[in-house]
Amino acid sequence: MSRKISLAVAATAVIGLLAAPAQAEGVKIGMITTLSGGGSGLGIDIRDGFELALKQGGGKLGGVDVEVITQDDARKPETAKQIADRMVKSDKVDIMTGIVWSNLAMAVVPGVTKAGVFYVSPNAGPSALAGKMCNENYFNVAWQNDNLHEAMGQHVTDKGFKNVYILAPNYPAGSDALAGFKRFYKGKIAGEVYTKLGQKDYAAEISALRAAKPDAVFFFLPGGMGINFLKQYAQSGLKESIPLFGPAFSFDETILKPAGDAALGVFNSSQWNADIDNAANRAFVADFIAEYGRRPSLYASQGYDAARLIGSALKAVGGDMSDKSAFRLALTKAEFESVRGNFRFGSNHHPIQDIYVRQVYRDDKGDLTNKIVGKVFTDHQDAYAKDCVM
Amino acid sequence: MTALLVLEQLLNGLQLGVMLFLLAAGLTLVFGIMDMINLAHGSLYMVGAFVAATVAEYTGSFMLGLLAALPAAALVGMAVELIALRTLYERNHLDQVLATFGLILFFNELVRIVWGPRAIFMDVPEALSGTVEIVPGAPYPAFRLAIIAAGIAVALFLYFLITRTRIGMLIRAGASNREMVGALGVDVKLLFTLVFGLGAALAGLAGAMAGPLFAVEVGMGEGVLILTFVVIVIGGIGSVRGALVGALLVGLVDTLGRAFLPTLLRLVVEPATADGVGASLSSMSIYLLMVAVLVWRPRGLFPAHG
Repeated sequence: MSRKISLAVAATAVIGLLAAPAQAEGVKIGMITTLSGGGSGLGIDIRDGFELALKQGGGKLGGVDVEVITQDDARKPETAKQIADRMVKSDKVDIMTGIVWSNLAMAVVPGVTKAGVFYVSPNAGPSALAGKMCNENYFNVAWQNDNLHEAMGQHVTDKGFKNVYILAPNYPAGSDALAGFKRFYKGKIAGEVYTKLGQKDYAAEISALRAAKPDAVFFFLPGGMGINFLKQYAQSGLKESIPLFGPAFSFDETILKPAGDAALGVFNSSQWNADIDNAANRAFVADFIAEYGRRPSLYASQGYDAARLIGSALKAVGGDMSDKSAFRLALTKAEFESVRGNFRFGSNHHPIQDIYVRQVYRDDKGDLTNKIVGKVFTDHQDAYAKDCVM
Repeated sequence: MTALLVLEQLLNGLQLGVMLFLLAAGLTLVFGIMDMINLAHGSLYMVGAFVAATVAEYTGSFMLGLLAALPAAALVGMAVELIALRTLYERNHLDQVLATFGLILFFNELVRIVWGPRAIFMDVPEALSGTVEIVPGAPYPAFRLAIIAAGIAVALFLYFLITRTRIGMLIRAGASNREMVGALGVDVKLLFTLVFGLGAALAGLAGAMAGPLFAVEVGMGEGVLILTFVVIVIGGIGSVRGALVGALLVGLVDTLGRAFLPTLLRLVVEPATADGVGASLSSMSIYLLMVAVLVWRPRGLFPAHG
């Protein structure tokens, strides 16, 4: 008998031990992002940007203790979905963030927000989540997917180009990109080409492009595809005669170094750059370089802003996550200094912000990086906000 | 669409085919002689590219990078053969697929630990950075011409090696009847290691040549490996001649499909549909080619086994 009792006592003690930390901890944040395989550079930058804000706050966001659980989705929707389920059901996270890719976001976000957990997107901004499928618990701190392409469409039109060749991979974000470009581009399309996702060799496309004699080229090829295209385009000798334009995704710090001079001088659109002059951005860029020994990319800036947005809302509610509508209201206000300066949320919880044109140049240290050469949009909002009913 | 553009696209297809041949030659030898499915062949291509890029970065010479990549890939290949693959020859294909898939993960992680998760820089050598106007009005990158030349040189070397030398005779004999070669007293183990090293060196050469064209990044060998398998299945497993013909066919069909299918479809359907359907069809084209060849000749164009 006594043995049974001691067993029961021991069991209770063990359960107590297991349960204890959960009560003692602060707000739980689940981060699912891509840390291995293709495209891991983006996820690593988002994570590092997010963690930098945490370090600056001494392990707190907005003065509130937070625990961040980080997991690698390896760019697989099914993996991301499984991790998300576990984070929502077992870890009982309050807020989630981190996903890089739109197809993963579409697999994860609706379930998460339906379960009453907040999701702050540091990157992926598929049109569905900005429009018909928008949710009161979903916030995007980066952009809606089309925004940077729209800016390039406007810029190319402003610069007087009238016959543009456009190119993107054959997948949803690719057709969204070209649709976004065409929404603001007023000239003629010299050719519209969809390439295979993950394609390495663009010789056939470049030959066809030369034959079409466009006056400019707009391309959206994220990651390694962009490096391949930039190198091959430069080798074909076309870069001097037909200028290239693209969104920032093909010109971030992870691409400029391997692409080398092939990227030099190219124009690209971005909502952020290291040279945007405000106190938050100066501190971010300096601290990021000091902490990680490399330049921050726009992905890092988005991870950083995601953490600081969450921090501002946690501060407003004093770390109390029991009143969800108070926290939601605090997020909506976005009372934090964004590293990109001008920032607020539209009715669909997506940014209303300025979008710039940058140019790739070689700085005085001999490194390739971007500088802002102009502003295309002021207070730009996405085209889907009108479809969103919360 | 002019005749000159078609000519230029043929050149592009030839260049892609030559690149695939470098990979396919090694893979088909290993598959044909050892009856071994080696999914990690793409990893050797990656190793070649990374070593070439690193040596080229430090020495400033593409040629030194290329020369370093060949023995590096061969040594890595032979080490893998001695340590891991040798135990797999007797096992069935499924075990081999699983084990060599594990090797892919291992090499990806190893390269990530050594070089980091980001793509690294590799540029074309200065002497080949320009363009040559082979087809009038369409300057062609000199480096791509160099790849074609290197591929032809390798094809000639392999032809000589396989048809004119003693080791080539053993390779041919091994491909058509493994057991008999062993029974005749040939040191089959040594032959296997050498063939594996040769295949690995060719993969390393392909990787080093690919470095200036493509992103040198973790996982760069996987996409190209699928194409390579298509090539050796079309060509007939174990046949280097088959690998050459298969590689050129795949290179040409893939390139011409991408270049002209959307344009041809525009003649019959709406432009927007034509672009979408054309893009999808052209990415399927090589698989359709493979199906067609297998229906016609179920063992590939030049089957090696008797």
